[in-house]
Amino acid sequence: MKKKVILSLVILVAIAISACGPKAAKEIKIANLSPLSGPVPTFGTSTTNGFNLAVEEWNAKGGVLGAKIVPVVEDSQCTADPAVNAANKVIDQDGVKFIVGEVCSSASIPISLIAEEKKVVQISPTSTNPNVTLNVDGSTKEFVFRACFIDPFQGLVMAKFATDKGYKTAFVMADQGNDYVRGLAEEFEKHFLSFGGTIVGKENYTGTDTDFSAILTKVADSGAEVLWLPDYYNVVNLVGAQAKEKGVTAVMMGGDGWDSADLDLAAADGGFYSNHYSPTDTRQIVVDWVARYQAKYDSVPDALATLGYDATNLMLAAIEKAGTDDSTAVAKAMAELSFEAVSGKVTFDAQHNPIKSAVVLGVSGGAVTAVASVAP
Amino acid sequence: MELQKRNPIVNWIIKSKALGILFFVIIGALAVFKLGQSLIDNPSLFLQQVINGLQLGFVYALIALGYTMVYGIVRLINFAHGDVFMVGAFSSYYAIARFNLHLWVVALFPGVPVFAGQIIGTFTVIIFSMLICALLSFTIERIAYKPLRNAPRISALITAIGISFFLEYFSALKFVFSSNYITYKRPFDVKTWFVGPGGFGMIETGIAPPKGSIIFSNIFIIIVITSILLLFLLQYIVRRTKIGKAMRTVAYDKPTARLMGINVDAVISITFAIGAALAGAAGVLYSIAFSQVFFFMGITPGLKAFVAAVLGGIGSIPGAFIGALIMGQAETMAAAYISTPMRDAIAFSILIIVLLVRPKGIMGEITSEKV
Repeated sequence: MKKKVILSLVILVAIAISACGPKAAKEIKIANLSPLSGPVPTFGTSTTNGFNLAVEEWNAKGGVLGAKIVPVVEDSQCTADPAVNAANKVIDQDGVKFIVGEVCSSASIPISLIAEEKKVVQISPTSTNPNVTLNVDGSTKEFVFRACFIDPFQGLVMAKFATDKGYKTAFVMADQGNDYVRGLAEEFEKHFLSFGGTIVGKENYTGTDTDFSAILTKVADSGAEVLWLPDYYNVVNLVGAQAKEKGVTAVMMGGDGWDSADLDLAAADGGFYSNHYSPTDTRQIVVDWVARYQAKYDSVPDALATLGYDATNLMLAAIEKAGTDDSTAVAKAMAELSFEAVSGKVTFDAQHNPIKSAVVLGVSGGAVTAVASVAP
Repeated sequence: MELQKRNPIVNWIIKSKALGILFFVIIGALAVFKLGQSLIDNPSLFLQQVINGLQLGFVYALIALGYTMVYGIVRLINFAHGDVFMVGAFSSYYAIARFNLHLWVVALFPGVPVFAGQIIGTFTVIIFSMLICALLSFTIERIAYKPLRNAPRISALITAIGISFFLEYFSALKFVFSSNYITYKRPFDVKTWFVGPGGFGMIETGIAPPKGSIIFSNIFIIIVITSILLLFLLQYIVRRTKIGKAMRTVAYDKPTARLMGINVDAVISITFAIGAALAGAAGVLYSIAFSQVFFFMGITPGLKAFVAAVLGGIGSIPGAFIGALIMGQAETMAAAYISTPMRDAIAFSILIIVLLVRPKGIMGEITSEKV
């Protein structure tokens, strides 16, 4: 018994010593916390792929500030507790000062608290919850950023897109019980009005509704040119199928809730929706990115891989701009950064949310293609 | 403390329920005023909403008939009825999407014109779903309700709730129907026509019909025709056939019916099967109208059809039909002229009002016809 205790103590000490090995002078460590297991492992894999590719490309160019970039990847499982453990591990044990992650807001928020406390710069590629970058009192977290736009931002983008297409009147439909939908509806309405458009009608429904005939009859009667429907694909399928049959000629528009393999392309035909990124985008930077990703991973990059890549690039660009690996200086440089990312040109607002363009996708003839990139 | 003596007028108001009646009269008057105003403001919009309400009402009617028949015979509110409706919708979905059942008859008799082929195909699918649902309900009745025939009524009611949950969550399993929202494939192409001051014609996709015209589609026509056909068929079965006579007898007096040599258990099973067949047809029509199937789809229509059956007078077949049409209108009008989230509130307020004011419903007189 005693022997065993001593033996385990020796092992523990050995582990502790080996973990505190001498640091190489010329390297900068950057961590990626992604849900590689747990409820959404495919999200994590894509994000990490994007992260690794970005690090590889920077190292091929000679690293950052002349130092080699060392990637540290940890599984944070999209859940608070494993995320906190992973964050503590990379910060305390590996000495990381820069974190790219997490994918899920539920994990990004606990990580952001640690990042603030330990002065570690964090950028979440895809977490859309406002509280990722905001403190409870509404002030901005100094060290925390995100690479994706938050949900209501799409209301602004699509209001601009509709106005640019020459549409003057819109009808707004919103699920009153869904924060995502309500946020997008309010934001669209506000900006469509400010761009000189008119809201000719507004209807609420509930998430359990299947019969939209009463509303759609009103939409047809109002003669609106745009039907703003920022709900998820299942509602879009229902409304789209019924709209055609009720003589509605308004163009349906929505947000990234439409983005699903289960979107009924016949029902949504003629509609437009916004998203973070589309592989069908024809901008050169996107075409190049898709080609590079395909060469390495043999698949088309999804939005998560792209945002993971963008987030890593933003972090490294901020380090380069700061000219030092001091985290306070890097956070300051990031806030003032202007960077041409794959998903659009990024600058950060006062709340550390990116101001960047969104991709507008059109549904037409059974296919979804990128039709425009709209900058706010 | 001394009890205060009530003012005689207050006393009279409380006793005579005058306040309650006044309340409903005021609500009714407000509704009539609001609807009348809307009719004058924009008659075509109003008529369009009436058509929308009819479409919904006819589907509810088919479900409500099942509730009312089963209640009439075994005094059981079969809460699993809405889920049988869901199974009907799914069986038609698989029949169409996987097996192309709607094309079989046309394939057997080539040369049938496209239009007739689509109608025949649709009816094949409806009949298929009716059969599946009848079989399902027959099985449920034999396994779950028959052993409880002589148990207190509450046991059967709770069993019905259990069956309802079983059907919902069993369907939600991945290898059954899955918990996804599935887009329904209609067995025919949707065509829409307009009629009004601008004339009559077919609507091309993307082109607005002339202002002021009323729009209806072949979905509406199929729903109305199928529902009315099935109602008449049911009335015929109940009134003119031997099994119908047996049903009426069992509804009237079970022990005596048994003494007269009627196989009561068989009659009850057949009643369940017929009710379920109607729910199956409703499931197909509902999915055709709203083009989406999912495992919880039966709950809300089931509950609303139940309200319709109570409104019409539970146990009465024409009552259920009328009740369902009123429900469809009430819901659509509430959605159109008050607000959409109010539609369910209105629907279930009707249940409360009926139970308070006239618990036996519109047609719920004591008659020998209860089935």
